[in-house]
Amino acid sequence: MDRRTPLYNVQKAMGAKFTSFGGWELPVSYSDILKEHHAVRNAAGLFDVSHMGEILVTGENALAFVNNLVTNDILPSPYYKAIYSPMCYENGTVVDDILVYKISDTSLLLIVNASNTEKDYEWISSHSDGTVNVQNLSDQYVQLALQGPKAETILRSLLGDAELPGFFKFMEAELLGMKVLISRTGYTGEDGFEIYLKLTDEGADPECLWNGLLEAGKEEGIQPVGLGARDTLRLEAALPLYGHELSDTITPLEAGLDKFVKLVKDNFIGKEALSEQSGNLTRKLYGFVMEDRGIPRNGYEVLVNGQKTGYVTSGGPFPSLNQNGGLAIIENTGLKADDKIEILIRDRSCAARIVEIPFYGKKYKK
Amino acid sequence: MNTRPGLYYSKEHEWVRVEGDLAYIGITDYAQESLGSIVYVETPKVGKAIGKDEVLGVVESVKAASDVFSPISGTVVEANESLQDSPELINEAPYENHIAVLKIQDPAELEQLFNDTQYEEYVKSQGA
Repeated sequence: MDRRTPLYNVQKAMGAKFTSFGGWELPVSYSDILKEHHAVRNAAGLFDVSHMGEILVTGENALAFVNNLVTNDILPSPYYKAIYSPMCYENGTVVDDILVYKISDTSLLLIVNASNTEKDYEWISSHSDGTVNVQNLSDQYVQLALQGPKAETILRSLLGDAELPGFFKFMEAELLGMKVLISRTGYTGEDGFEIYLKLTDEGADPECLWNGLLEAGKEEGIQPVGLGARDTLRLEAALPLYGHELSDTITPLEAGLDKFVKLVKDNFIGKEALSEQSGNLTRKLYGFVMEDRGIPRNGYEVLVNGQKTGYVTSGGPFPSLNQNGGLAIIENTGLKADDKIEILIRDRSCAARIVEIPFYGKKYKK
Repeated sequence: MNTRPGLYYSKEHEWVRVEGDLAYIGITDYAQESLGSIVYVETPKVGKAIGKDEVLGVVESVKAASDVFSPISGTVVEANESLQDSPELINEAPYENHIAVLKIQDPAELEQLFNDTQYEEYVKSQGA
């Protein structure tokens, strides 16, 4: 049976519709996916993302140990910085894409995808030489994401004069009487925060945190948001989803994540394979929008000059742009914006064109 | 869940309204409710012959595409073009917005479908 987060009962009582995702029973929507999507773009949305995994790495060698596991370089970052990075196999394909919270040189909290938590824990532990301690603390954390242009106002109303963290930074704070970790990160293409509550901490009350944030955001138009809108929001922002744009058959270079792959770094798992692939890519991730009617979906084939040369990794409606489109891995590295491609939708080839990603890009304080 | 008396219903959650030798076909309130916001509808070509349980059209929600199966056999005499620009009409009034109209080939096929109370019982028995 699927697992449930500590907020299942309160969400059920709110009328949420649930779906199975990565071994979890999670709200897909509370009211209407489109309404929830627009709330995040125009006001604020609150997501329960407690299904995400948390793996704590501690010990004298923790920093170097984690740096060897990820393609990005976490050494130069200051403490209390969140660093996004793919974590690769030796062959350059992806174990997972993760966030590294650099608490100190001896303590790093890794946020991993729900469906990969066990696999990541085993992968990370298997590389330990005994000088670091790797703990899977996923069951101990509730994670909420407060996202949207009003997120800062709402959080500020609860935190008073405390200075909020800047883009991709985090801090420890007391929120609604609870000790939390607040980071300025998200998965929506909007400004916003991810809030971590450790259930083992004294006074930790997930329902009180959830209800308190919804209450504080009431006047600003906050909505609880489910997985349905989480997907349309991240897709418009062209943020990768493991299992779609990244997987154990796709490398981060193919997915266009070059800036998170530091080939100049001394050493890391996958460096050799990725160095070899760099400059010799045979396929690449592109963004496209439909010109014909029809909605592209994951797995649909892509034609370039009438030849099947790729597939859609994620597709759907872009509610903020009034377009349909998606991301596709195409065996052609020379395509540019406005080039014509076709998507095979139920055996009908439909016109589409390559566009720059992200599809939706908002300017906010970074 | 809403139903209308006088309509026929299929296990795949389509409804059929018979007018003379024509059958208006759409999806039920239960179906639109389960799908959520409908953002795209593909209707069949006029003149196409469609067999019972063959694909009549496609209804897409934000998350996924779902086939609409024809509960009976017939030839398409009209496709509801207003759904092209306003697919949300199905969410707003599922029984007023058909997907297509078929010229009925074999009226006996209608007798294999549910009436409104049988359909309601069927949905309940599916654990909805």
